[in-house]
Amino acid sequence: MNAPHEAALTAATAQAVGQSAFHESAVAQLKGEAQYVDDVPEVRGTLYAAPILSQVAHGQLHGVDASAALALPGVRGVVLAADIPGDPILAAFGHDEPIFAQDTVQHIGQVIGLVVADSVMAARRAARKVQCDITPLPALLNVHDAHRVQSYVLPPVHVKRGDAAAGLARAGHRLQGTLEVGGQEHFYLEGQIAYALPMEQDQWWIYSSTQHPGEVQHWVAHALDIGNHAVTVQCRRMGGGFGGKETQSGHLAVWATLAARKFNAPVKLRLDRDDDFMVTGKRHPFAYHWDVGFDDTGRITGLQLEMLANCGFSADLSGPVADRAIFHADNAYFLSDVSISSYRCKLHTQSHTAFRGFGGPQGVIVIETILGDIARTLGLDALAVRRRNYYEADPAAGRDVTHYQMRVEDNILLPITQKLEQSANYPQRLKAIADWNARNDVIQRGIAITPVKFGISFTATLFNQAGALVHVYTDGTVQVNHGGTEMGQGLHTKVAQIVADELGVPLAQVKVTASDTSKVPNASATAASSGTDLNGRAAQYAARSVRDNLAAFVAGLDHCGAGAVGFVGGVVRTPKGERAFTDVVQAAYANRIQLWSDGFYRTPKIHYDKTTLTGRPFYYFAYGAACTEVAIDTLTGESRVLAIDVLYDAGRSINPAIDIGQVEGGFIQGMGWLTTEQLVWNDKGLLTTHAPSTYKIPATGDVPAHFKVELFEEPNHEDNVGGSKAVGEPPFMLAISVYEALRHAIGSHHAKQGHAHAPVQLEAPATAEHVLNALQALPS
Amino acid sequence: MTTRTIQFLRRGQPVTLHDVPPDRTLLEVLREDLHCTGTKEGCGEGDCGACTVVLGERMQQAGKDPVLQLRAINSCIRLAHSVDGLALWTVEDLARDPLIAHAAGHPLHPAQEAMVQCHGSQCGFCTPGFVMSLFGLYENHTLQGAPVDRTQAQEALSGNLCRCTGYRPILDAAQQMGDLPPAPLNQSAVLQKLEQLQRERKSVDSESAYQSPTDLQELLRLRADQPHAQVVAGCTDVGLWVTKQHKRFPAVLDLTRVTALRQITRQDGQLQIGAAATLTEAFAALEQHYPELHRFAARFAGLPVRNSGTLGGNVANGSPIGDSMPLLIALNAQIVLASVRGERRLPLENLYTGYRQNVMAVDELLVRIDVPLHATQATAQAGDLHLLRAYKVSKRQDDDISAVCLVLRVAVQGGIVTEATIGAGGVAATPVRATQAEAALRGQPWNAATAQAAAVALQAQFSPISDMRASGAYRSQLLASLVTRFWNESQGHRATTLEQIAVEVLP
Repeated sequence: MNAPHEAALTAATAQAVGQSAFHESAVAQLKGEAQYVDDVPEVRGTLYAAPILSQVAHGQLHGVDASAALALPGVRGVVLAADIPGDPILAAFGHDEPIFAQDTVQHIGQVIGLVVADSVMAARRAARKVQCDITPLPALLNVHDAHRVQSYVLPPVHVKRGDAAAGLARAGHRLQGTLEVGGQEHFYLEGQIAYALPMEQDQWWIYSSTQHPGEVQHWVAHALDIGNHAVTVQCRRMGGGFGGKETQSGHLAVWATLAARKFNAPVKLRLDRDDDFMVTGKRHPFAYHWDVGFDDTGRITGLQLEMLANCGFSADLSGPVADRAIFHADNAYFLSDVSISSYRCKLHTQSHTAFRGFGGPQGVIVIETILGDIARTLGLDALAVRRRNYYEADPAAGRDVTHYQMRVEDNILLPITQKLEQSANYPQRLKAIADWNARNDVIQRGIAITPVKFGISFTATLFNQAGALVHVYTDGTVQVNHGGTEMGQGLHTKVAQIVADELGVPLAQVKVTASDTSKVPNASATAASSGTDLNGRAAQYAARSVRDNLAAFVAGLDHCGAGAVGFVGGVVRTPKGERAFTDVVQAAYANRIQLWSDGFYRTPKIHYDKTTLTGRPFYYFAYGAACTEVAIDTLTGESRVLAIDVLYDAGRSINPAIDIGQVEGGFIQGMGWLTTEQLVWNDKGLLTTHAPSTYKIPATGDVPAHFKVELFEEPNHEDNVGGSKAVGEPPFMLAISVYEALRHAIGSHHAKQGHAHAPVQLEAPATAEHVLNALQALPS
Repeated sequence: MTTRTIQFLRRGQPVTLHDVPPDRTLLEVLREDLHCTGTKEGCGEGDCGACTVVLGERMQQAGKDPVLQLRAINSCIRLAHSVDGLALWTVEDLARDPLIAHAAGHPLHPAQEAMVQCHGSQCGFCTPGFVMSLFGLYENHTLQGAPVDRTQAQEALSGNLCRCTGYRPILDAAQQMGDLPPAPLNQSAVLQKLEQLQRERKSVDSESAYQSPTDLQELLRLRADQPHAQVVAGCTDVGLWVTKQHKRFPAVLDLTRVTALRQITRQDGQLQIGAAATLTEAFAALEQHYPELHRFAARFAGLPVRNSGTLGGNVANGSPIGDSMPLLIALNAQIVLASVRGERRLPLENLYTGYRQNVMAVDELLVRIDVPLHATQATAQAGDLHLLRAYKVSKRQDDDISAVCLVLRVAVQGGIVTEATIGAGGVAATPVRATQAEAALRGQPWNAATAQAAAVALQAQFSPISDMRASGAYRSQLLASLVTRFWNESQGHRATTLEQIAVEVLP
């Protein structure tokens, strides 16, 4: 079949990188042929598991009575902690999370065991019949309560630069405030799933919808008390990840494999959506207290900031998430005298985990809130105040070093802001909105430009490495395999583009295969926006190695230097003439030249001292800015986003269409976090918003017709693959412009009540109810 | 108990399934029995649209040729037996159905090709559902010649969630698929094949655990004989009892094949809506007389739910947060309950006795809703006011459940309120009539003080609860705010609603 994208790709120009090639799976996805874990044809004898969930937030677990479940037709049995051959604690970083609850339960939805049955519904029905004998204990359900009693999953962290107290003391103006920011459910469309198959000799094959096959492999081996080499984990693609399948997918795989081991049968565990909400962690909710000093121009002279991260019942990734919140509490702004205290609070809820931005959004939103209120206090334009605080590109100004001692060397935020300010017509719209608001009372409009500066690299330096394999077959086609995973972000497409160019073959000649721990070992999670930077380079090096072999071979035939051999458009050129790539490959094979290779990459320059939280944790920064206009109904608090303009720094984009897709998707997801997506736990600790009927991610009607995203085309100042920059996470934080525009509209209403300079106290997400509360919360 | 054989049309051929339990869902049949895994399960409750498929039904019209009705529905909460005698398309079928005439060199359906070209898929998991909603839009609108505008595209995709793209490219694809060479479905061939299927279908199988009679009297007799059979229509709520509450139904009684219950007729100044008319059909009929209801109708669940769910189901289900009842109460609708013993008619608000409790006897069924067609502003005398407004406040604009739903209808003649009817949802254990506010309005001069009095009366009548959707205090405040909004609209004040703003002030 000559599908449209294949035709387009065949006709592609010599260079694939830089082209808006279609997603490598687009046609298969559109035809319903793209396989996700639940679509893999099942092996005969497959059984199905469903989790037994705690109905108590905190309590002593005395026993489990499964007799009613076992009496149901089709039920094979249960799997409990006693069935774990290895360590009953997950091999997670904090080593504080039991595989199955044993002795105590620590949140409603904690998994106590599994029911295994002949069908999915039989297992789910039976799981509800299992009786757990639990004596309730007092539960911590509020982050402030947890902080008060010093209930932490990890010790507090304090970062200081300069003298914050002195900075506050000498300030002409001073503001204190608090802020509550809710968490966020990932709501990947494909729920968590794992399918574990017993192989011979106590080996295991696991299909997992995971961002981190290597960790799934390690966790499973640890739980089964076998070597990593006995476990193979494969993932062709995920139906969305967003950080929610960085660690949480590992639990599923461990559970499924324990069941497969007990019943010596393939076992699939696919969580029902409601169970997925109840079991898995979410974006960390944060609470803040801040005290800021500033001068008449709005420049910050001192800042004391306290951040309480609601981590849930275990550490999971909360340490690095809360660290990244510290690293991004400056966002784009130079903080001369600052002190930040970060508390990683332990509560009896789901264990919160990675989510796009990984703490960055929780750092950025607080400084943007502070700057918005500084502007209101002084009666200045919020963008002017933001720019007044920007890091300065000129080192002579002495305002280019972050509070964690990293020099901001690649600062292009000012030109980005200026260009967006112009293209979005910000000054005129600001004026028009002020005039309009003066003439109208019920509806108030607001506008805001907010920037982002986001550090790219895993803060844990060791994760910044990647491997890849490139196989050239004798027909000239190419398979590439790398340690990254595909969750929709287009990583495989970009890697294929890079490899195609390196070998000088048409993109259609390159296929990327499923992520697989038996191909590239010890791969890092596909996370931290670094998928293309790391794996793209590793694949490029692997391809380059094959190309070098071919170049040396052809150079020998044509008696020229290997450097004189060129690979472009499926043709190999030397000063003597041209050969088809496939012909060269076949000749090389006949001459016993190696046609496949590995590639390995590690990010240069980065170093970071975990004890002092100083160093250069990031290879470079990605930048961007967004201008958002909103309207609010002051009667009900309802709001609409009217227009969005974004300018994003993707470096020299490898695939502009995919990058724009990431920016748009990230922005709308961020908008959901700050507007409609509200997680509500009741006073028993039960998450009452546990399905899309009650938890509302943005839908088509929430996206304004004016949604303009452009890329700021300037190559990465650092040597990164293709001159590109990362794009997965940073755009998420541009949605803070929605929140700031809402506060601008609320502030306009306050001004009419005679409180033009009052801070706007808006709890996130800005649901209609929270907006109305903010409208009515006037200072005494 | 056995079930009758299911037969439906797919890719131009009948598909036959035996011994399907009455409570098995269409999605389970597709994925597990037919091994067609293109259709995905995202939520299992009809809220995300990943499981969307398109159904084709041969609709008899009085005095006219039968037409093919195509509609996108959620397969996850639809019972498999309900597609017996219909045509079905899943995402795998669009490129393979011989009855779809693909243009040479375009093996993909335009809905698919436009999605590829617009970069409309990222992780791809929601994609099959979007494609099927687009297919429905393509057949029902694009091919009818009218270009699809952004609002239509948005409303057609209101029941499909995507977490990756931010929707812009998908909305573009919806508008651009009409620019590709057309690939029409041969609807008359489908109709012929459906007629053939129907002819071969055994008329009644009284032993079957899934009954879908075509005759009203037969339905009422079955209802009387089998009081424990689960009654279903569109199954958009009962489906969740299966997927989420894990209920089993040994016997099911399906209303949707009863011709009389599907009809919507206009007579004696009222609209008589058969209880099994879909929400899409019912709202379309209501909008013909009350065009101001369009946006409210578009915000009722998502399109696949409106295409499957019925007005009678929403009313009979009696959820306190069902959105049709406040509207029907404000329109003074009456309902007709029927049994083998006869019929009775009562005001809709009198149906409910408590939380999801009603006055229906075990052998009774809701068969019709009669909606008066009141005077509207379009035909009003100068100076008179006939204002109907349906307000819904929810966290998300579309495909959400109301925190508060308030529908107000006020007629003013000679400056005096002559009629005032108000229905409210989300503020009590049942949908209710706001009798105190109505009394505060009726006979009074229509001015700000009267509106204020109505707001006070509304707040006095209801003590709403707090839950995950809103606090009781907020709900109570909304009651007053929405009366103020109504007052503003009655005065023709511009720029007092977000709907007006969204079209007026774009940069």
